[in-house]
Amino acid sequence: MNIIVCVKQVPDTNDIKIDPVKGTLIREGVPSIINPEDNNAIEAALQIKGEGKVTVLSMGPPQAEEALREAIAMGVDEAILVSDFKFAGSDTWATANVLASAVKKLDYDLIICGRQAIDGDTAQVGPQLAENLGLPQITYVQKIEVGEGVLKVQRALEDGYEIIEGKLPVLITVVKEINNPRYPTLQGIDKAYETDIIKWTADDIEADPAKIGLKGSPTHVKKSFVPPGKGQGIKLDGPTKDIAKQLIGILKEKEIIQEF
Amino acid sequence: MVKIKLTDNYPGSTLTIDGVMLSLGDDFVDVEKSLDLQQALNNGYVEIQEEKEENKVEEVKEGEEVWIFAEQRAGKFARVALELLGKARELADHQGVKVGALLLCDKDCGLSSELISRGADKVYLAESEKFKNYETLNFTKTICEIINKEKPQIVIYGATHIGRDLAPRIAQRIATGLTADCTGLNIDEDGLLIQTRPAFGGNLMAEIKCPEHKPQMSTVRPGIMKMLDKTEREGSVVKCEISLEEDDRIKVLEVIKETRKVANLEEAEIIVSGGRGVGSPENFKLIEELAKELGAEIGASRAVIDAGWVPKDHQVGQTGKTVTPKLYLACGISGAIQHRAGMQNSDTIVAINKDPNAMIFSVADYGIVGDLNKVIPALIEELKNGKTL
Repeated sequence: MNIIVCVKQVPDTNDIKIDPVKGTLIREGVPSIINPEDNNAIEAALQIKGEGKVTVLSMGPPQAEEALREAIAMGVDEAILVSDFKFAGSDTWATANVLASAVKKLDYDLIICGRQAIDGDTAQVGPQLAENLGLPQITYVQKIEVGEGVLKVQRALEDGYEIIEGKLPVLITVVKEINNPRYPTLQGIDKAYETDIIKWTADDIEADPAKIGLKGSPTHVKKSFVPPGKGQGIKLDGPTKDIAKQLIGILKEKEIIQEF
Repeated sequence: MVKIKLTDNYPGSTLTIDGVMLSLGDDFVDVEKSLDLQQALNNGYVEIQEEKEENKVEEVKEGEEVWIFAEQRAGKFARVALELLGKARELADHQGVKVGALLLCDKDCGLSSELISRGADKVYLAESEKFKNYETLNFTKTICEIINKEKPQIVIYGATHIGRDLAPRIAQRIATGLTADCTGLNIDEDGLLIQTRPAFGGNLMAEIKCPEHKPQMSTVRPGIMKMLDKTEREGSVVKCEISLEEDDRIKVLEVIKETRKVANLEEAEIIVSGGRGVGSPENFKLIEELAKELGAEIGASRAVIDAGWVPKDHQVGQTGKTVTPKLYLACGISGAIQHRAGMQNSDTIVAINKDPNAMIFSVADYGIVGDLNKVIPALIEELKNGKTL
C-alpha cells in the first residue's frame, strides 16, 4: 500500500515564550519538532505499508526540511517539502489547497494525517484536504485494521467509539492513543543525511494563485494578544481553622454552597 | 437597547445606569442592557416600555440568519448545541435577524421543539434513516445544499468530534472560512463576526474575521457559551429536501458506548481539582472527600493523569476539558498555562498551594498559601460543622 503522510513542523509548545507587549510569539531559540500526532501518523503508516512505500509531505519554510529528515530517520521512504513564499499566510483552507495540488502529483492508496497540530489546534486541514481531493475521510482514528481494499478502523467519540469500514483510497486522521511512535535508529539517521528531500514550489505543483497564501485565505487574523489575567485575588491568611471558616463563609455568601 | 424610566419605588431622584442619568418624572430613555439595569429592574426602581407587537415584527429582518448545527446522537442533543443557541440568540438579536437551527436526524425524531424553546426561530429539519448515525459525506452534502439555498450569514458548530469532522468539510466545499475552537464570538461595527480563539495552548488569543466569504463559520468549544432556559416561544419548522445518492465508500458498522461512567466535568457546578502537589494517590483521597462534601466533580491536572492517579476523563486543561463551573477549587496545582487554559473562565476560583509564587494564584479569586494536607481537612470539618448546626 502506498501511503502519504502529511506532517507539520511546529514549535515545541512546552517551551514557548510570548512577547507580552506585542502579543506575538518569540520564535528565536524555540526548538522545532514534528507535530506529535503527525509522528503517530508516520508510525501508523510504517506499520501497515506492507509492500508499498511511505511518502511524507509537508508545506512549510525551508527549515521544515529538518522535520522531514527526522521522518526519514524513523523509516519513511520518501520526503517532499512544498515550500514557496507564495504560501505564506495560508489559513487552513489555503493550506489544504496547496497540499491537494501536491498530492495530485502522487500515487497513493491512503493518506494519513495527525488529528491536529499543537500550534493551531484546528484539526481542519485533514478534512479539508479530503474534501479537496474528493476522498472520504475518517477522523479521530484510534485503531486500524487493513483488509482487502478496505480499512476497518475505530473512530473515537467523546463517550465511546464507532467501528467504520472505509474503501481505499481514503484519508484518515489519527489520535495519539493509536500507537507509540518509534525512535529513529542509527541506520535511519545515516539514511536521513544521505537521502535527498524533494522540493516543490508553487509552480511545480501548479497551485492556483487565487487559492493560496494570505490573499487566497478566507480567514484573517486581525489581532493577537496575551489573555488578560484576573488580577491579584484575595489572599486568605491566618491559622488554618480561621482560613477554612473564612472561605466557607465567602462561598455561602456568594450562594455557591448552600446553608445547611 | 431598551427604553426605561424611573418608577416611584426609587427612593432617590436621579439614578445613573451604564452612563445614562435618569431623573424622576422624565419620559422613557434608551439604555443598553447591562447588569446595572438588571439590578435596577430587580429592585423595581425602573420600568421597561413594552414594545408594540408590530414594531417588533418590523425589526427582525428576513434572511441573513444566524445558524447553529444542532448536533444530536441517538435522539439526544450534544449539550454544546444548546449552548450555541444561547450565543446565536445574542448575535441574531444584535443584528435584528432570526436564529436558525440545522437538525439532521432519523425519521420523526421529535427534537425540533426543544430547539425552539431554547432560542431558535426556525428549525431547518432534514429527516432520513440515513441520518440515524452521523456520517461525514451524507451530512456534508445535505448541509451544503441547505446553506447554499438559504444563505445564512453565520453558521456555528460545537467543537466536538462530529463538529470538527463536519465543519471543515463544509467550509472547503462552499469555499468559506472556518475558525476552530472559538471561545468568544461578537459582531464588529461593520457587522462582521469577530471570532476569538486561543492559540499556542492559550498563551495567545487571536481575533479572526472572514470578511469576504459567507457564511462566516466557527466551531465553539463546549462549556463556554451559556445555554438559555426553556421558555414558551414561537418558532417554525422548515422541512428540507434531501437528495442523497448511494455511496458505499464509508460504512458505520457499529457505535459502541463505553459503559464506564465518564466524569461530567463540563456540567458540574463545583469542581475540586488536584495536581502534582497533592503528593500521592493516597492523598488524592482528600480531594475526593472534599468533593463529596461539596457535591462536586473531581478534576485533575495532566501530571496527575500521567501518574495514573485518576482516569483521563477527569483531566482539565488544553489537552483535557474546558470547564466553567461556579466554583473551581485548585489544590496543589501549580497552574501551568495548559491547565489555566481549561479553567480560567470559571466563575470563582480558589487556589491552595504551598508555593506563594505558583502561577495558579494569577487566576485565583481567593488564594490560600499553605499545606493542603492541613487546609483540606479543616475545610471538610468546617463543612461538616455547618451541617450539624
